[in-house]
Amino acid sequence: MAVTLTVNGRPQTVAAAPDTPLLYVLANDLALNGPRFGCGLAQCGSCSVLVDGIETRSCVTPLARVEGKRVTTLEGLAGYYATAARLEKAPELHPLQQAVIDEQAAQCGYCYNGMIVKGAELLSRTLQPTDAQIRTAMNGHLCRCGTYPRILAAIQRAAVMMKEARR
Amino acid sequence: MISLALPRREFLKAGGAMVIGFSMRGTPLAQEPAAVHARAAVPGPPDQKLIDTWIAIHADNTATAYLGYAELGQGASTALLQIAAEELDLAMSQISSVRLDTHVTPNQGATVASAAIERGGPQIRAAAAEARQALLTLASRRLGVPADQLAVSNGIVSVAGDVSRAVKYGDLLGDQPFAIAMTGTAPQKMPSQYRIVGARHPRLDLPDKMTGRYTYVQQVRLPGMLHARVVRPLGQGAYADGARIASLDESSIANIPGVRVVRRRDFLAVVSANEWDAVRGARQLKVTWDMPASLAGTAGLFDQMRSARTTDSVIAEKGDAAAALGRATHVVQATYRGPYQGHMPFGPNCAVADVTPGGTTVMCSTQGVYGTRDKVAKVLGVAATNVRVQYFEGAGTFGRSCYDDAAQAAALVSKEVGAPVRVQFSRADEHGWDNFGPAHLADVKAGVDASGRIVAYEYDGWQHVWSTVETSEQLALGTPANESPDGTSRNLNKVTLGSMYDIPNLRLNNHRVPGISGYLKASNLRSPLDVSFAFASEQALDELAHMAGIDPVEFRRRNMSDPRWLAVLDAVANAAQWTPRTNAAARTRGTIVTGRGVGLGTHMTSYGAAIADVRVNRSTGAVVATHMYGAIDAGLVVNPAAVENQISGQLVQAASRLLKEEVTFSRTNVTSLDWNSYPILRFAEAPAVTTIVLQHVDQKSTGAGEEIMAAASAAIANAFFDATGARLREYPFTPARVKAVLA
Repeated sequence: MAVTLTVNGRPQTVAAAPDTPLLYVLANDLALNGPRFGCGLAQCGSCSVLVDGIETRSCVTPLARVEGKRVTTLEGLAGYYATAARLEKAPELHPLQQAVIDEQAAQCGYCYNGMIVKGAELLSRTLQPTDAQIRTAMNGHLCRCGTYPRILAAIQRAAVMMKEARR
Repeated sequence: MISLALPRREFLKAGGAMVIGFSMRGTPLAQEPAAVHARAAVPGPPDQKLIDTWIAIHADNTATAYLGYAELGQGASTALLQIAAEELDLAMSQISSVRLDTHVTPNQGATVASAAIERGGPQIRAAAAEARQALLTLASRRLGVPADQLAVSNGIVSVAGDVSRAVKYGDLLGDQPFAIAMTGTAPQKMPSQYRIVGARHPRLDLPDKMTGRYTYVQQVRLPGMLHARVVRPLGQGAYADGARIASLDESSIANIPGVRVVRRRDFLAVVSANEWDAVRGARQLKVTWDMPASLAGTAGLFDQMRSARTTDSVIAEKGDAAAALGRATHVVQATYRGPYQGHMPFGPNCAVADVTPGGTTVMCSTQGVYGTRDKVAKVLGVAATNVRVQYFEGAGTFGRSCYDDAAQAAALVSKEVGAPVRVQFSRADEHGWDNFGPAHLADVKAGVDASGRIVAYEYDGWQHVWSTVETSEQLALGTPANESPDGTSRNLNKVTLGSMYDIPNLRLNNHRVPGISGYLKASNLRSPLDVSFAFASEQALDELAHMAGIDPVEFRRRNMSDPRWLAVLDAVANAAQWTPRTNAAARTRGTIVTGRGVGLGTHMTSYGAAIADVRVNRSTGAVVATHMYGAIDAGLVVNPAAVENQISGQLVQAASRLLKEEVTFSRTNVTSLDWNSYPILRFAEAPAVTTIVLQHVDQKSTGAGEEIMAAASAAIANAFFDATGARLREYPFTPARVKAVLA
């Protein structure tokens, strides 16, 4: 079985069973290290990707369901942002990636794939999210190291950076 | 035993179309830098008395530091390089480290007990100073000037007062060994000379982690590698029982081509070239297990512990606590309970093993590569030197989660199938088969005199020690369950239990419960047992403050004289703008009530103080920590930014452990198997945090990775009392428990 989809702007044809969770295709067939296995139950968010711009748990999303769709992983987030914001040139990092580094937010960093993907989705719709909006949007993403306060600060920092970029 | 007799090539063919995908990524071994490759010819550990074991100088005027402590997300890999760069007079950009590897890096012991900086720091500092001294000797000869007239900046040695006469480290030694032993006499910098140590430095590991360039152990892929899943009962039973296969129907997965069953005694796994097929196979395989009903169940646990035949010892004794209690003005006597809790790394454990006749390589997120080497060698029945273990970071582990278990499982399957094998634990494997942090039961009696002085303190504590046999070994070899001896982190902690106070009459009675039969597997979980110890001890003392009508901060101050304990308490009280409060019981009206509490504690070293603000909904039983403040004195703090992150994370994790986390189990097995049945603190309920690092450049560095868990947990418990006027003496503070105590 071959399934065709677009991953980080590039068309990909993957020979895998259609019920294969997207996560395994991204990790094994396409050698992407952004999405990570955390629970396989859509409970934690470490495997999150954007599917046509919507945050999606790749660990429970069958490959067949993303046929013909645009999948964006952590690796493709800067390009996705540049297209959406109509920037002339894609920055090396999505503003939220830069912000989590600036805030020195992470510890082990394993959950940050999902944190950044979900945060980027939030920032694409809500330009200046409030503390409460961030907490609500991010509540389905767990962090075992306890870095929530720093992720919150990083999302706020990224919002400011993106506002500057729009000027 | 069903063994796979297929040669490697045949098996891969049987595995199907996925094989091609494996060669998309190179093997990590093929990417070995020169600084590693030359050393890796012989098994370690390398001789710690040689400078070359620790430091290499390269022709491009950079250096490699060979560190034996692991990056666990705590920032150790950055801070240890700060120490090395400082002593070598190199810029941070001129020095790097290599992967921990039993063929390459020194054996400094496991990365436990917050020891990376406390114990590892002085070792790398001494080695770097020796290297600098040796380089100055070479430069002295080259420049014809005595070494004491030379200065070094960024690896360039120059004659003092004449920078035109200079030579680079790289030109003195470029990629050649020092080939000399450490003298033990190399001068080290005075703290007043530090410019890199003590300064905030961004973590070196973060950019790659934030972009998908970092390779976590879960992401290691080797050419020809197969994917395996272990198959076990859903949730462990009693440790001694292991798990016994009653029946196995291999034909139940016959419809999934290329998936094989590997069995050795009761160790069971499925393996396939295709990961999804391995997952499906593990789920679908029909196997029934003998699971005896030998656990007490969550509800019966504490009665079981109290009535156990314990091994008793006195951990600390001063004066006569029993007599002093009789003379005290106010006495508190209460029982406190802390549950089993799990490590639950966010990415379940994973390991890759390649067992070949010529030797074995294992990639694992272990906290100690040399310890893992011994455990893998044991299940393979080979000498330890036949095994090479390389460290790949996993998700934060916070103690001994199932990493050695995963490494053994990968080795067992690789040996059977004759190919490199990746074992990825499922969420239920990790939640169900963890080496949990042990449960704890405490009886505390304490008394104050009329002036508010603590005059008596007696603590009786029950808990079991750590399991030593990994599940894979237990199942595959039939090795009987066994426990560690008594000791630090397994007995009552005389540092966290009362040592910060000037208590004239004190006694700590340790009741070691036999943990092999009828209990869960256990091991060290961040700040082992201290959350339970401080939960009991600091609540009891808080009760005394309340009885004596003294503000809890003032009460603690009045009973302490150690300036470093006083300083952390004052620092956190100032940061939180603490104002005296003595009327907790009066503030109990309304559905939503708020309160604040204070706690002190640490693990074995350092000093921790915390304050928590909580909000309690008396009607729903919901407790939220809204703001947490934490102050740590860890002596010389090498990278204050990293320690602030550690404090912040501990405050949040302590809130999670106090408010949410509990391993549940029936008579037969653990039943908390995912993030719904074992909830942790979520984003919406995360506290704001304020972190304070007390810098003491003139003191030796002590741990900071677990030293405020105890204080933070106690602060939340005391804040709950402040908000409600009620004492909750068992955690986690679930809505049901809260409503029961407020009813």
